[in-house]
Amino acid sequence: MSKLRETKGQKLFNVIEKNAVPILFIIICAIGIPFSGYSLNYLGQEIITRIGRNSFLIIALLIPIMAGMGLNFGMTLGAMAGQIGLIFITDWKIGGIPGMILAMIISTPISAILGWMCGKILNMAKGREMVTSYIIGFFINGVYQLIVLYGMGPVIPIKDPALVLPRGYGIRNTVNLIGIRRSMDNVLAIRIFGLSIPVLTLVVIAMLCFFIIWFKKTKLGQDMRAVGQDMEVARAAGIKVEHTRIVSIVISTILAGYGMIIYLQNMGTLNTYNSHMQIGMFSIAALLVGGATVNKASIGNVFLGVTLFHVMFIVSPMAGKNLIGQAQLGEFFRVFVSYGVITLALVLYEIRKRRARYKTGRLLAQDQADMKEVDV
Amino acid sequence: MTDEGNCMKANSAPLLEMRNISKDFFGNKVLTDVNFSLQPGEILGLVGENGAGKTTLMKILFGMEEIHETGGYGGDVVLGGNMVHYQTPFDALADGIGMVHQEFSLLPDFSASENILLNREPKTATLVSEVFGDRLDTIDRKTMHTKSASAIAKLGVDLDPEMLVSEMPVGYKQFTEIARELSKAEIKLLVLDEPTAVLTEREADILLSAMRNLAKEGIAIIFISHRLQEIIDVCDTVMVMRDGMIIKNAPSQGLTIPEIAKWMVGRDVGTKVAHRDFDFTAQPVILSIENLWVDMPGETVKDVSIDIHKGEILGFGGLAGQGKLGVPNGAMGLFPAGGSITFEGVPIELNQPRKFLDAGMAFVSEDRRGVGLLLDEPLDWNISFTAMQVQDKYLRKLLGGLINWRNEKEIEEVAKKYIKSLEIKCTSYRQLAKELSGGNQQKVCLAKAFAVEPKLLFVSEPTRGIDIGAKSLVLQVLRDYNERMGVTIVMISSELEELRSICDRIAIVTDGRIAGILPSTAESADFGLLMVGKNPEEHKAGGLND
Repeated sequence: MSKLRETKGQKLFNVIEKNAVPILFIIICAIGIPFSGYSLNYLGQEIITRIGRNSFLIIALLIPIMAGMGLNFGMTLGAMAGQIGLIFITDWKIGGIPGMILAMIISTPISAILGWMCGKILNMAKGREMVTSYIIGFFINGVYQLIVLYGMGPVIPIKDPALVLPRGYGIRNTVNLIGIRRSMDNVLAIRIFGLSIPVLTLVVIAMLCFFIIWFKKTKLGQDMRAVGQDMEVARAAGIKVEHTRIVSIVISTILAGYGMIIYLQNMGTLNTYNSHMQIGMFSIAALLVGGATVNKASIGNVFLGVTLFHVMFIVSPMAGKNLIGQAQLGEFFRVFVSYGVITLALVLYEIRKRRARYKTGRLLAQDQADMKEVDV
Repeated sequence: MTDEGNCMKANSAPLLEMRNISKDFFGNKVLTDVNFSLQPGEILGLVGENGAGKTTLMKILFGMEEIHETGGYGGDVVLGGNMVHYQTPFDALADGIGMVHQEFSLLPDFSASENILLNREPKTATLVSEVFGDRLDTIDRKTMHTKSASAIAKLGVDLDPEMLVSEMPVGYKQFTEIARELSKAEIKLLVLDEPTAVLTEREADILLSAMRNLAKEGIAIIFISHRLQEIIDVCDTVMVMRDGMIIKNAPSQGLTIPEIAKWMVGRDVGTKVAHRDFDFTAQPVILSIENLWVDMPGETVKDVSIDIHKGEILGFGGLAGQGKLGVPNGAMGLFPAGGSITFEGVPIELNQPRKFLDAGMAFVSEDRRGVGLLLDEPLDWNISFTAMQVQDKYLRKLLGGLINWRNEKEIEEVAKKYIKSLEIKCTSYRQLAKELSGGNQQKVCLAKAFAVEPKLLFVSEPTRGIDIGAKSLVLQVLRDYNERMGVTIVMISSELEELRSICDRIAIVTDGRIAGILPSTAESADFGLLMVGKNPEEHKAGGLND
């Protein structure tokens, strides 16, 4: 069969369609920035802060996508593990970088067990990984609440009264993470053109990026890419498909736990019962805004996505206020857009799959026409 | 029955011997007493119709799970003088037997080189992998390139190892698959299952010469193909299978295509429906198909045009994968299709199953359990379902049509009527469809289509998977229905003899096009030639008489 011929218009349309989500966001941002009235300096500072805050979490999503398991809504599991680590170090009053490292050490086995369990379940729900991991997130959230709301105090000793609810057990709604607040961002921080840059955080993120690039070159990374493309072919070649998939989810969950700790050291406060639920949604939305799809995502998508998504985040309340006089509208817009963009990306993914299927049909029609020309 | 055609190489010990192989699937015999042997460097051409047992024979050789699950096989497989009994295909691979399948098992986003060495990539140990295990070894791209390049070189084709599979023409994909087998060390025997089916003539030539090169290096090849000219050109020995037996095993020298084609198809099955004379030309055209293309995976239709006359029984035959199944599936709109179909002078919109049904046509799918039946529902619902959905039959209208209620009484009546007339064996009309045997399920499918009272009925593989007795009954039912109700029937079947017994004329679909239309009284060898893409007229001179 020959190659499908397309006009220039069709080709342009294909390019636009492929990058529909980022293009849409560039337009939203381009309109929003002037209306918000923010200075570029302010925006630049905010973007740098948010890249430092969020990138690690988003990069944690890349490995399951590589293994063909779609967007890992199960990263909430890792986030919960990270939060449990943070509650402990706050109680033990270990602050600064050592505190963060200890929190990461505590979170690792919890993430690994949760990730392994999640991976096991996802292997039973092949092809429906995303919705399954989303629901597992809710389920484990229940377990998390049980532990944090009832278990912490009577079963798991928590000494610090500032952490415990007045009734004597359970953790308060907000935990002040004063001990580790900005402790990573402030190490080696420098100022360039009036912008403060959290050098250590960015270095850690860069190291994670190198890890991802290196990981793709390993045998395990190659196996994951093979499994991601076609489980049956990979299995026929002797690759342990199920095991590979579980490993990808475990790695992602552990990284999400670390990412959550980095995220919260920047925020400085922990919303005990909410932080982890939102973070999955926002990370996935940001990655999709960067042009990733359910089966393809790169490090470039991460940084483009963080930038665009958060510019929209920063700009929209102010732009809403200046345009309509209500900051509330911008707040509403944020949530609306993050859910909307996930929906849009999923729909576009399906449309693209269908278009690819029709391509064979168009090829057949073209071949028939070609044959006729030869006959005439 | 078996000719020993290997006398010329009888001095050396055979590489592979299969002795008295037999196999049945739950009492249904698919292989009977198969014996053959293969020398190192010999190319054996294996030909036969679909269902002749070629695939099952290869599955036994490879120890596929399917074989063990269905109770193993009888007879011995001897490789290099040792009796072998493989539990999994991996065991066979370890012994140097490689197979290239009909369907590509390639990863589209990987390069040729990555596919060739899939899960056998050369690796470099690093500090990390010393600690965390060898799955964290990095992949040595350079060695990978040279290794895959040398496998490709063995094949003698010009293929860039770094080319992505998704960007390759079909022929290159096939080369990649073969190179994958060649890259395995110690490959002694290579099974190629219809490797040339998707290739252009030039690509096929390259492949054939590559096969000769491999044979010279001492690799034995089992070559399964429907292109008989290639078989004659490249093979040392030709083995023809039919109905699970070896019909002929002879040196290829001096064989002709008509001879082989005759061995392939010439059989007499116990499906007896009396032949009739029917002059379709006297009847008006009821359905006209023009330039139909259908994108049905595995059954692509490229360009089919045909006029179907009122009251006739038309057959569509051909080998699997050539597109005969795509014709009804595309016409009904179950798969993306293009071209035009006109029913009783009215153009029917494609890709809209409802329009197809509304026009007065019906389709009994080959996918009985998937599309054809509601397995968890009782018989009466199954029979009345389509008619109820499409034609509002068997409904009681309440409140001026605002509410439609099922009319259980009418449903019961129609179910009982068809159970009686089609002799469906069941405990009651409320029995669940999944509890019936294959033949009876097929009859329910037919009853379902009959209940719609169509003017034209497409029936796809009506006898697939049902036993001989039920077969002739189903065929007789179709013929009766055609004669009593004057319904035009288009039947698609892989079994030529079955088509010949019931149809007035038969169109053979080859490579997505109609290779020819013959009356059912034509000689079976002529049909065989059409199936392999040859014009019987050209071979008439060769002298072919039954």
